[in-house]
Amino acid sequence: MTGKQQPLNPPRRRAESRPDAQLAPAALVAVERALAAHLDKPGALLPILHGVQNALGFVPADAVPLIAHALNLTRAEVHGVISFYHYFRSTPPGRHLVQICRAEACQALGARALEAHAKQSLGINFHETTADGAITLEPVYCLGNCGCGPSVLIDADDLHARVTLEKFDALMRVAREATS
Amino acid sequence: MKVFVSGDATAIALGADATAHAIAAEAGRRGLALDIVRNGSRGMFWLEPLIEVQTPAGRVAYGPVAADAVASLFDAGLAHGAAHTLKLGLTEDIRFLKKQDRLSFARVGVTDPLRVDDYISHGGFLGLINALAMAPADIVAVVTESGLRGRGGAAFPTGIKWKTVLGEQSAQKYVVCNADEGDSGTFSDRMLMEGDPFCLIEGMLIAGIAVGATQGYIYLRSEYPHAHRALKAAIATAYAAGWLGADVHGSGKRFDLEVRLGAGAYICGEETSLLDSLEGKRGQVRFKPPLPAIKGLFGQPTVINNVISLASVPIVLDKGAAFYRNYGVGRSRGTLPIQLAGNLKHTGLVEKAFGVTLRELLYDYGGGSYSGRPIRAVQVGGPLGAYMPEAQFDTVLDYEAFAAIGAMVGHGGIVAFDDTVNMLEQARYAMEFCAVESCGKCTPCRIGSTRGVEVIDRIRAGIERDRNVMLLKDLCNTMRFGSLCALGGLTPDPVRSVLEHFGEDFGARAQSAPA
Repeated sequence: MTGKQQPLNPPRRRAESRPDAQLAPAALVAVERALAAHLDKPGALLPILHGVQNALGFVPADAVPLIAHALNLTRAEVHGVISFYHYFRSTPPGRHLVQICRAEACQALGARALEAHAKQSLGINFHETTADGAITLEPVYCLGNCGCGPSVLIDADDLHARVTLEKFDALMRVAREATS
Repeated sequence: MKVFVSGDATAIALGADATAHAIAAEAGRRGLALDIVRNGSRGMFWLEPLIEVQTPAGRVAYGPVAADAVASLFDAGLAHGAAHTLKLGLTEDIRFLKKQDRLSFARVGVTDPLRVDDYISHGGFLGLINALAMAPADIVAVVTESGLRGRGGAAFPTGIKWKTVLGEQSAQKYVVCNADEGDSGTFSDRMLMEGDPFCLIEGMLIAGIAVGATQGYIYLRSEYPHAHRALKAAIATAYAAGWLGADVHGSGKRFDLEVRLGAGAYICGEETSLLDSLEGKRGQVRFKPPLPAIKGLFGQPTVINNVISLASVPIVLDKGAAFYRNYGVGRSRGTLPIQLAGNLKHTGLVEKAFGVTLRELLYDYGGGSYSGRPIRAVQVGGPLGAYMPEAQFDTVLDYEAFAAIGAMVGHGGIVAFDDTVNMLEQARYAMEFCAVESCGKCTPCRIGSTRGVEVIDRIRAGIERDRNVMLLKDLCNTMRFGSLCALGGLTPDPVRSVLEHFGEDFGARAQSAPA
């Protein structure tokens, strides 16, 4: 559906004119790097968004017009893609991103209790960040570690198996002590 | 001394990196020459971190080896495969492995996943070399005759898909690998991509040569960072060694390959939303027809197959259709990499010919429950698969046998639950998951799933139980027949299986007993 429905006034559907960059210089560099690396690829939008999020931890709203302009898309189309995928964030995460698997294989080994414990002990819900900015909690639907759940992924690739409540607390202590 | 320590994501999650570091440090301390290979996992997770040492008699296994056990292994004489409380004997004699039919997984856990010479010395690229000497239609015929059906879950005959693409006239065709392994309880794609990535590359090359496609994409889920690294490294190596690129192994044929990352959307495992996602759009399901084989990626004819389907092709082209076809039962030919997950003592990977029973898998291979309590329910085939009660454990693993009882083999994931499970909660979760992951294109899935959660919540609260159960069944019917794809269409299966087999958790006893 997205991108197939023409606006009422067809001439309005044209590339966004390149907006004045509202981004901080470092973020602007990240966006321009991602564009330069992937712009020529067919279906470049997801690789570009991954490039931006890898560099910044999220895709800032002010990056959307730049990406839209470069790809000859509307801002609505780019926003629609970012908001469709659970993985892309529009807000910066805390210093550590903690993803708890909610799926069945982990449930069979106690993921429901782990989820409740994580929320209670961190004092936040899913999609929220602790007040000290240390930890953002996200649900994830399968990490492919289904033989040894409950599974928790911290940041990009720090995967943990058989995460008991005690082990979760220890992981959070280590994460909080680490600088980033 | 040559030591193998798995670099598989699950092995690492269980401490394999720390064990590997400890081995390197201990060897350094003792002045021993050491060659550590980070192989794939053998698929025996209760023994990970599993380490193997090369001896004249073969590879000797120890496990599970935590980092702090390493020094004592060296003291005992690890280099010679000496006795130790963690010693398991020759790896190939371990019962769990010995009884398997490892075809697609023949090299996983055996070779160095990133060394192309190791791949070749273990039979790699023989299928491709055969294919390069064959006419495209003959390659397709071999795949068709092998009886290989789509291992992603839909079980559509792979050869027929290929034949359709081969028959299309187009300047550009594509081969897309569906590596969006989102079903809970499945990890065979991940293990293969991490443990033998060249096998997938070879399968995609054969597909490309067979149908005349010159560009391949692997659409990999973002939850698999370890597989991503392995694929990128293997693809770079394959280019450098002349297996990918403008002149595949001197054949004059081109095939390029790239990995693309998804972004955490379960629906992108559905082939048409995967294609939209690859095109840079929201991953929404397309209407069919047209089939992807006719109008697929960027509107061009596209072969889209699951990782294991493609990874099964090299051995078919190497050993012939009859070799592969001789495994299996009925219309389910060949082998299936089965994944034992959830509450089982011995979880991991079992590649077996179709025809093994669920009970054998749960108790003979799986060793019963991890918790030691009775196994009450088993979900096969991911979040859209039915929950099966003990009475169905003698069902034979066969696409048709499962379909006949309203269940699904799917991608071969088996998730066991012990008797502490609340099946109403599992039914509710099925609806909740559908609500979270619906692409939103069709109403029965988008709205029905949310209504399903609400109806189950009312039943849980004891509000008009009988009427709400009837409403839930009606809703399941609407979703099943009114949804555009399998997400909305099959979400009712786990729900209805709970109503049918575990009705007591919905308060059915209260209903049947007269007041």
